[in-house]
Amino acid sequence: MPKNKIEVKNVTLVFGKNRERALKMLDEGKSIQEIREKTGTAVGVNNVSLEIEEGEMFVIVGLSGSGKSSLIRCMNMLNVPTRGELLIDGENICEYDKKQLRALRRHKVSMVFQHFGLLSHRTVLKNVEYGLEVQGMADDERRQKALAAIEMVGLKGWESYFPRQLSGGMKQRVGLARALTNEPELLLMDEPFSALDPLIRRDMQTELLSIEDYMDKTIVFITHDMNEAFRLGDRVALLKDGELVQVGKPGEFFENPANDYVRSFIEDVDKSRILRVKTVMRQPVVQAVDKDYVTDVVRRLKENERDFCYVTNDKKELLGYVELETLMDVNQGDVSSFIVKEFESITRNSFLAETYSKLDESNYDVAVVDNKNCLRGVINHEDVVSALSG
Amino acid sequence: MIGFPESLRFEISEPIDQCVNWLLINLEGLFDAISRTILSIFNAVEWVLNILPWWVVIIALFYAGWKLYNLKTGIVLSVMLFCIGLFGLWDLMIYTLVIVIISVMVSLVLGLPVGILMAKSNLAKQIILPILDAMQTMPSFVYLIPAVMFFGFGKVPAVFATTTYAIPPLIRLTYLGIANVNREVIEAGKSFGSTSAQMLFKIEFPQALSAIMTGINQTTMMAMAMVVISSMIGAEGIGEQVLISIRRLEVGQGFQAGLAIVFLAIVLDRVLQGAAVRLKETE
Ligand SMILES: Nc1ncnc2c1ncn2[C@@H]1O[C@H](COP(=O)(O)OP(=O)(O)OP(=O)(O)O)[C@@H](O)[C@H]1O
Ligand SMILES: [Mg+2]
Repeated sequence: MPKNKIEVKNVTLVFGKNRERALKMLDEGKSIQEIREKTGTAVGVNNVSLEIEEGEMFVIVGLSGSGKSSLIRCMNMLNVPTRGELLIDGENICEYDKKQLRALRRHKVSMVFQHFGLLSHRTVLKNVEYGLEVQGMADDERRQKALAAIEMVGLKGWESYFPRQLSGGMKQRVGLARALTNEPELLLMDEPFSALDPLIRRDMQTELLSIEDYMDKTIVFITHDMNEAFRLGDRVALLKDGELVQVGKPGEFFENPANDYVRSFIEDVDKSRILRVKTVMRQPVVQAVDKDYVTDVVRRLKENERDFCYVTNDKKELLGYVELETLMDVNQGDVSSFIVKEFESITRNSFLAETYSKLDESNYDVAVVDNKNCLRGVINHEDVVSALSG
Repeated sequence: MIGFPESLRFEISEPIDQCVNWLLINLEGLFDAISRTILSIFNAVEWVLNILPWWVVIIALFYAGWKLYNLKTGIVLSVMLFCIGLFGLWDLMIYTLVIVIISVMVSLVLGLPVGILMAKSNLAKQIILPILDAMQTMPSFVYLIPAVMFFGFGKVPAVFATTTYAIPPLIRLTYLGIANVNREVIEAGKSFGSTSAQMLFKIEFPQALSAIMTGINQTTMMAMAMVVISSMIGAEGIGEQVLISIRRLEVGQGFQAGLAIVFLAIVLDRVLQGAAVRLKETE
C-alpha cells in the first residue's frame, strides 16, 4: 500500500478580518454567500479532507472561485489554513517555524504558476537557477543542474534569452524547469496550462506525463478543465464553493457521480457518451496467429518494443495473448500452448465512457472485439482521453 | 464676506519658531557635521567635474546621445551644451550641476530605504504618504527658510533645500515600484524559500528598478528647478545669473541664462531616460 504524501485534514481557509465569526457561522451551517454578506470575509476552502498518495498525479478541478488555488497554496503555506491540519510526510506543516518552512520550500515542494511567475529581469538560465541560488549552492553545480532541467523541458539553446522573448508555452517550460531543478518530491501546479492555447496545451500535457513517468514525483495539478483533469489525473477531486464534492479515479466520476452537480460537470465531457470505441481504437502493432512460430513472434515483439501481443486463430477470433517473457525461454514450436486466456476485452461499439473501468487499471493495450469475438483493434487509456479532450 | 473674528486666533507660527530655535541651539553640532560633510562631498564632485576639459564633456555627451538614441540626438544634445559654453555660462553650469548631482545622491541614500520601508510597513506608508503629499504641494521656496535657518547662506543650504524639494518622487516611485511587483512573482520567490533579504535584493528591487529610474529622473528634474530658486539663498550657478538679471532688468541676459537652464534640463532628462531604457533592455 503506497503511503500518503499529503494529508489534508479538515482544512478551512477564510480570507479577511472576521475569521472567528466566519468559522462559527460555518459550523452553524450558514452558506458562504451569507457569510460573505454578513462578515465581509471570503471562505476559500471549507472543511476539505484529502489524502494524496506518493507518486500520484492528483488533479483538483472546479469552476473559477471554487477554491482550487486557495487549497493548493496551503500545501506550501502561501496560504495558512485558518483551521485544520496539513501533513506532508506525516508532519504538520502548519506548525513549522520560518526556518522549517524555508527548508520545506527549498528542498521538498516546488510550485508552477498559472501566469508563469518568471523573473523578468533574469535570463532563462538565471530563472531556472533561482531555487538553487537561494539555497547558496555553488555557481558551477547549480548551473549544471539548471542546464539539465532546461534540456529536459526541451529548451536547450534558449538559456540566455529573457522571458519576454519567449512564447507562452516556452515560458511555462521555464516555469516547469525552475520547479524541477530543486528536485522536489512534490510538485504543485496551479493551472499551469490554462494560459496556453489548445495545441501547445496538449503538447505540454503529454510532456508533463512523460516527465512524471520518468521522475516519479507526486504532483498536485489544478485545472478548471474536466478534460485536462481526466487526461492527466490518476485521481481527481472536484471542488465547489470551497467544498470537496467528489474525489476518485476519473472512471468513478462517470460510473458513480456523487450528485447532480458532478453529473452536470461531466456533461461537458459528453463526447464520452457519443464516441464509440471503434472510432478511437488502433490497429495492434504486433499481432499473432496461434500457428506462428515462437521465434518469429519473439523477433517481432522485440523489433517493435512490445512485451505482449494478442493471438487469434485463422478466423481472426481472439484467443488470448502471449507475453514476451514467457516466450523468451522457448525456442521451438508454435505459440498456441503459451496463450493466456484470462483477459479483458472491450466491444467495439461500446461508448468510451464505458471503457474507463477497464482502461484505468492498466496502461496495456486492451483488445477491442466485435460481437463475433473477432479482434478488431486495441485501445488504451491514453487513446480514450486524447479522443475526449481533442 | 465678513471678516474672520479677531478674537479667534491660534497660530502655529510661534511654536514652530520656538521649535526651530531649540533645534538650532541643541543640535548645533549635528548641523555643523552635516554642513561639513556636504561641503567635502561638494568639493570632491566639483573637483572631478573641473578636471574634465569642456570638449571631453561635450564629446562624451555626443557619444551618449548617439549610443542611447541616434546620431541626431547626439548632435542636438551636444550642441545644446556647447551653446551654454558660448553664452559664457560654462563654469556656472558646472556649479549648478554639482548641486544637482549631490542632491540626487543624497536623495538616493535617503529615499531608497524610506521607499522600501513604506512598501514593507503599512504603518510607515500611512505616516509617510501624507507627508509626501504635503511636501509636493508646498511652494518650493518655503524650503529655503529652514535651509537658511539651519545652514545659513551658500551651497550647503542650497543642497539641503534642493534635496528636500526633490526627494518625494524618488521615495514615492521606489515605494510604488516595490509595492506593485507582480504578486505571482513575489509568490514564486517565496515558494522557493527565499529569505526576506533575498526577496528584496534578488526580486523586489530588480523588478522595481525601472520605476526607481523614473523616480531618479523626476527627482533630477525637480532638483534642476529648485537649484535655480536656491540662488536666492546664495547658491552660485546659472540661477544666480537669472536672479541678477531680474534685479538689473536685463531681459537679454535673463533670457539667455533661462535658456541655458532649459538646455541643461533637457540634456539631463534625455541622458537619464535613455540610460533607464537601456538598463531595462539589458538587465
Ligand atoms: N487573497 C484573497 N483575499 C480574499 N479573498 C480571496 C483571496 N484569494 C481568494 N479569495 C476568495 O476565495 C475564493 C476562492 O478563490 P480561489 O482563487 O481559490 O479560486 P480558484 O478556484 O482558484 O479560481 P480560479 O479558477 O479563478 O483561479 C473566491 O471567492 C475568492 O474571492
Ligand atoms: Mg486559481
